[in-house]
Amino acid sequence: MAHRWTNDLTHDDVTPKSAYLNRRQLMAGMAGLGLTALAPKANAAADLTPTDFDVISQYNNFYEFGTGKEDPAKHAHRLTTQPWSIKIDGMVDRPGDYALGDILSKMTIEERIYRFRCVEAWSMVVPWNGFELKDLLDLAGVQSSAKYVAFETLYRPDEMIGQKSPFLDWPYVEGLRLDEANHPLTLMATGLYGKDMPKQNGAPIRLVVPWKYGFKSIKSIVRITLTDKEPPTSWNKSIPGEYGFYSNVNPEVDHPRWSQASERPIGGGFFAKRIPTLKFNGYETEVANLYDGMDLRKNY
Amino acid sequence: MIEPLNTFVRKTPNWLLYLIGAAYPAWLLYAGLSGGLGVDPVKAMEHALGKAGLQVLIAVLLITPLRRFSKFNFLSWRRALGVIAFFYILLHFLVWMVLDVQILSQVWADIVKRPYIIVGMISLLILLPLAITSNNISIRKLGPRWRKLHKATYLAVALGGVHYIMQTKGFEYEPYIYLAVVIGLIAIRKLPKKRAAQPVKRQVA
Repeated sequence: MAHRWTNDLTHDDVTPKSAYLNRRQLMAGMAGLGLTALAPKANAAADLTPTDFDVISQYNNFYEFGTGKEDPAKHAHRLTTQPWSIKIDGMVDRPGDYALGDILSKMTIEERIYRFRCVEAWSMVVPWNGFELKDLLDLAGVQSSAKYVAFETLYRPDEMIGQKSPFLDWPYVEGLRLDEANHPLTLMATGLYGKDMPKQNGAPIRLVVPWKYGFKSIKSIVRITLTDKEPPTSWNKSIPGEYGFYSNVNPEVDHPRWSQASERPIGGGFFAKRIPTLKFNGYETEVANLYDGMDLRKNY
Repeated sequence: MIEPLNTFVRKTPNWLLYLIGAAYPAWLLYAGLSGGLGVDPVKAMEHALGKAGLQVLIAVLLITPLRRFSKFNFLSWRRALGVIAFFYILLHFLVWMVLDVQILSQVWADIVKRPYIIVGMISLLILLPLAITSNNISIRKLGPRWRKLHKATYLAVALGGVHYIMQTKGFEYEPYIYLAVVIGLIAIRKLPKKRAAQPVKRQVA
């Protein structure tokens, strides 16, 4: 079922100045009354503009193609994305290899303009195209015993030359709790800016979980496994003290090596101002209840 | 070939070295402003300056072993190279502070809290008095203490190599190669000096 969620950042919304000034005045008024805690999370004006396509497609962390930010754009052309299928297995009623074309014929592709916050404290605004992960999970029929969803990236070192280096334990794996996976914000993205997904951005299909740090949004997915145990995740395996299973965007919980309180929007050149990082990357209203009663400092 | 090169090195005026040294950050600034450093020029410049600083310091450490194990003599470039490296590292720090982190309270929090920044800062602070005393007056005034003081270069470069390793996200070869080279260049100085012993033996015989 598409269109469960409506963008709060849209193209034609691009800086409706009056609206945002009003919100600011509202915020200022509330601050005066000491009510900032009650105020809705305002979108900073800069947030409203999607980052340029060239920036989104030339600045990538996709270590399967090398560790430099420009490496994926340089090397991802080697990747063949056809044919492509996703193996869905584990606690599902209809396990099997699902051809991407068959999946897409059953889905409604919609546009979602999401903030994208990397754990390295930089950010973009990306107009993704895709469908909700829940729709795919429904296709396979999740069994009631399942509690987690595990994801796996393609492992093909001939094409993904970064996999020849032991930088991470390949293939890249990620995971979500089932309720996170079923959340309407959780997207399986097949494109951006209305174009097919650039290979360096995770073609042909990738996950997008906008309230989590970017590395949770696993790229070029070939396998989805429903399980009742918390699945291993690549960065957690690599540096458990720095990257947890949840990895929710949280300005109050620093990375051991740097602060997460603010972020640098990419694409603004030398003098781009830092902006404050929002809790759950600005999606607090939508997802905070998933973590009720949890110590987010412990479950980083 | 060695002799003309050594003569050329000896005759290079310092101002020319400084001019060439200054050209690199100037080019980085130009490239960054004109899109030549990619979409994140701040990080690109920050990393390029840090790495260049480390590379020039490695070149500085190479000069003594080159003199010992070959006839190449770059000694008259050493002081200028050291000062250039210091300025690269200072600029590396300033780009990090002003263009990257931007917020002063956060800069300070990082300096006291983040191990890799602490290591980098210590290295920079060690280099500071060395850069300040890199002039003839200081050499004269400090006498033999000058040489002792400037041996701190070894520690500063080693810390720079450690700082480079600590800031990577996962496992990368490159920073380890840098640190291995630095340690190798320091260790090579500890090799017993056989050549000096030989002529003594011959005299006895």
